Amino acid sequence: MSRSRGAAALRVADAVPVFAALADATRLSLLGRLSVDGPLSITRLSEGTGVTRQAVTKHLSALGAAGLVRNSWRGRERVWELDRKRLEKAKWCLDQISAQWDAAAERLRAFVEDD
Amino acid sequence: MTAPAETAQDRPSTDRIEKRVALRASRSRVWRAIANAEEFGAWFRMNLDGAFAEGAAIRGRLTHPGNEHVMLEMLIERIKPEWYFSYRWHPYALDSKVDYSSEPTTLVEFTLEETDGGTNLTIVESGFDQLPLSRRVEAFRMNDRGWDGEIKNIVQYVS
Repeated sequence: MSRSRGAAALRVADAVPVFAALADATRLSLLGRLSVDGPLSITRLSEGTGVTRQAVTKHLSALGAAGLVRNSWRGRERVWELDRKRLEKAKWCLDQISAQWDAAAERLRAFVEDD
Repeated sequence: MTAPAETAQDRPSTDRIEKRVALRASRSRVWRAIANAEEFGAWFRMNLDGAFAEGAAIRGRLTHPGNEHVMLEMLIERIKPEWYFSYRWHPYALDSKVDYSSEPTTLVEFTLEETDGGTNLTIVESGFDQLPLSRRVEAFRMNDRGWDGEIKNIVQYVS
């Protein structure tokens, strides 16, 4: 248990920019759109949202800086999509603690059943 | 071989981890392994500096090689002999230079139930929602539905 708790702590620092980027309703809804419909252009992303293209651009930059989205050219259009690898890294926390309890429970089993 | 500890969650929770494990040992044997600080430390891999008592704050040093510098504090809450044991702690209190005392704790609960062949043990760690960082971390936990479903959940969760 101790080894993975240590590893988890080391990764907290890495995760902070990700959570800072996620701590915004507009950015989360952009991620939601990209998850369902992506890749999408800024024009498409701002349609029907009440958020200006400029604001969408700014939020995408924040998400991009945290490594959560990336952009590429599709023909003459720049499109944005989720960077799923980075998202997966952000999920360490409870999975890790859960795995630690699995390991601890197995050590407890060995401890009480081997008597 | 016995079945590994089972993750007993019907739906993803942002607040708790729950494990159920069937042990081939008597309830009193399992109770001693949990409620006796020395025995707890043996399988948890921690040297504890006192006995468990309700209201006690027990400090423990991890014994796993490479983590001997890590001190954890267990705040013992309830001891119901042979049935229930609970304590609070700081789930990521690993940096000795940081004072975690003002931060929220998680609650760890052990519940024992006697069965024909031994003892059913349930371990629950809860209170993660009060940790501002992990609240969002957990929301991104993978499950069978994958990321698309997960992100929809998050969007619903925060909106």
